[in-house]
Amino acid sequence: MADTFEFGNPEIIEEEVDILIIGGGMAACGAAFEVMRWTEGTGLKVKLVDKAAMDRSGAVAQGLSAINTYIGDNDPADYVRYVRNDLMGIVREDLIYDVGRHVDDSVHNFEEWGLPIWKQAGDEDKKLTAGGKPVRSGKWQIMINGESYKWIVAEAAKKALGMQNVQERVFIVRMVTDKNDPTRVAGAAGFSVRDHKLYVYKFKCCLLACGGAVNVFRPRSIGEGVGRAWYPVWNAGSTYAMAAESGAEMTMMENRFVPARFKDGYGPVGAWFLLFKAQVRNGAGEDYNAIHGAELKDTKRFGKYGQGVPGTCLRNHIMINEMKEGRGPIMMDTPAAMAKLAEKMTPKEVKHLEAEAWEDFLDMTISQCGVWAGENIEPDKQPSEIMPTEPYLLGSHSGCAGIWVSGPTDIPGTPKEWSWGYNRMTTVKGLFTAGDGVGASGHKFSSGSHAEGRIAAKAMVKFALDNKGWKPELARSVADLVEEIYRPVKTFLQHKDYTTAIDVNPHYITPKMLQFRLQKIMDEYCAGVSTWYQTNGKMLEMCETKLEMIKEDSLKMRAKDLHELLRAWENYHRIITAECHMKHIQFREETRYPGFYYRTDHNYIDDENWKCFVNSHYDRDTKKWALKKVPYVQLIKD
Amino acid sequence: MPTFVRTEKCDGCKGQDKTACMYICPHDLMLLDKDGSKTGHAMKAFNQEPEQCWECYSCVKICPQNAIEVRHYADIVPLGASVQPLRGTDSIMWTIKFRNGTMKRFKFPIRTTAEGSANPYGGKPAANMAEIEDHSTLFTHGTHPGDKGQFLNS
Repeated sequence: MADTFEFGNPEIIEEEVDILIIGGGMAACGAAFEVMRWTEGTGLKVKLVDKAAMDRSGAVAQGLSAINTYIGDNDPADYVRYVRNDLMGIVREDLIYDVGRHVDDSVHNFEEWGLPIWKQAGDEDKKLTAGGKPVRSGKWQIMINGESYKWIVAEAAKKALGMQNVQERVFIVRMVTDKNDPTRVAGAAGFSVRDHKLYVYKFKCCLLACGGAVNVFRPRSIGEGVGRAWYPVWNAGSTYAMAAESGAEMTMMENRFVPARFKDGYGPVGAWFLLFKAQVRNGAGEDYNAIHGAELKDTKRFGKYGQGVPGTCLRNHIMINEMKEGRGPIMMDTPAAMAKLAEKMTPKEVKHLEAEAWEDFLDMTISQCGVWAGENIEPDKQPSEIMPTEPYLLGSHSGCAGIWVSGPTDIPGTPKEWSWGYNRMTTVKGLFTAGDGVGASGHKFSSGSHAEGRIAAKAMVKFALDNKGWKPELARSVADLVEEIYRPVKTFLQHKDYTTAIDVNPHYITPKMLQFRLQKIMDEYCAGVSTWYQTNGKMLEMCETKLEMIKEDSLKMRAKDLHELLRAWENYHRIITAECHMKHIQFREETRYPGFYYRTDHNYIDDENWKCFVNSHYDRDTKKWALKKVPYVQLIKD
Repeated sequence: MPTFVRTEKCDGCKGQDKTACMYICPHDLMLLDKDGSKTGHAMKAFNQEPEQCWECYSCVKICPQNAIEVRHYADIVPLGASVQPLRGTDSIMWTIKFRNGTMKRFKFPIRTTAEGSANPYGGKPAANMAEIEDHSTLFTHGTHPGDKGQFLNS
């Protein structure tokens, strides 16, 4: 008789493929599109595993109102300059240039598959490839009707792969190294959140592309509003944690993003600033940037970075100071902006403008419409409050946390140690990444992540072909993996009857409470909102001790059902990501990103000692991190 | 603004193995209460973890019965407003009701092609294996030319 598979006793499914794509967001969809073309006729087997459903997974699930990276008439070198400036001078220019030269092709494909891209008057029916001029909301951004952006991109990706090669609702939680080579990845394991099934994949190489990290820090909202994270709440740091734990070198994990957004709903401000030309003012109605903006010229504190166009963090810095000094709230004057635009418009055009303003939210942050409707705010009549959010870790938006990867070989001037063979491969053989996973190269956004997935996919095919005769053997037994992955379930089943209330039990901790604890530690000691993003060496020491204990306690998380097992593993990934972030901030003894975080004991930019990458390596056996400086090299002229 | 399911509208997707909302939710929040033991409403879906809801509206948009709506985050937003879409194959209609009763309606296009018609490789070249190590191109040959004189070391 067949075994009965039930909660705590999963069916084990083992599968061997050549290339495994872990994740289903923009980078993974780009990889799917590119990989299936290169594998034609090679016999290579590809599979994509997503913890959600590809139609609405990843950061673009809700849609977007703009594509933030489209080069068009600009030069990819200029794109590198813009990213370098915004990320305070320390970026991998080879990687950014690589995204810049390939990104437009992804956008052209999106349009062909059905994504509506706004065009300038007279060009409405002209595709970008036929010379149609897009409506730009900034030098690099183009406006779209993007409600179905992800749906369309996923449709093409799924068709390229074939649904037989897509496994949805399986959460990969653990990479497994090769039995004979500890510097090489040979497999990955995870579980179904729907059925009592545990999956163990073996492969020649894989793309680890599971997004950035959200809810590592205590959010400003602490009730239902916890879910209203600016970046998607399901991005749990899985990319960073799984890579670090398999020995991949991490880079710039001290970097974070603190977006200034419409308060509470976290609706986008880009179109308001760039397209509608709205102004922000302090509580007294003053243009505080005009009054205090010149403080950025202080070279002792901000080096050369406050001299030209200030980066996003420096603009935050001025806003945060305003609030710390008690001159809030910060208000965006939406009525004045709309009135100014309406001056030269017909009533019909004004109505269209209003629709555009609402669509900006409805396409990507519907909650913000809820906040406005609930508070009776009409943007043409009443200004709206702006607020810097809790910190986020990511590598594709306006941040550059991530994994150190091998770059392209054809970019002039690139140090030879920056490319060790396969584009977008980490320092672990066979482990590739893209999108939020690739560190030191931000501002890819949705389109750039798709393009980077394609870049990685092509290199993975080459890797798989070069290793055609190689057989993956896992360093850990399947039984060992099952025990580790299902530990929270076993813990629950073993101890649940010890107390009468299942949530309070000395033998385990719920994933939810563990998350609260992590968020409290990070918020209070690692420069969260409650300290106005400030920390110092002593506070980080405290943080370190507390994180070590929470890491120990993570082994006592319980899972009362598969849904809670999902949360348990997401929170484990958050802890490793948080620890990496903390160690990097501790190591970098300067304040590279004022406005994102402050080391109050080194509260200045120190180019002489710190204009370099910080890379880290985690030893899973000893649980120790090793950090080092890696020289920055400029490739594109000033 | 977590989602909620209207009791009289949800039909549990007619007893299928999984409901549309369970299929689509990116955060695994929607759950079909098969026997009613969790909600008192058998064969109807519910949001099992409202404080984890991103309000992405994926479930609202996909529900075949229009049974899912959103009640704005209670710890942030005053009561009484609603934002409700009706998503078709080529456009989406939004109805926004303010707390004070003001109504706004908007309609936006969502795609220019028929649903399911995306053809990833139609009219595209096959991959040229001679180029597999050439980082300057992907299989579509759509690389931005760029000015090579911009490199310090050009």
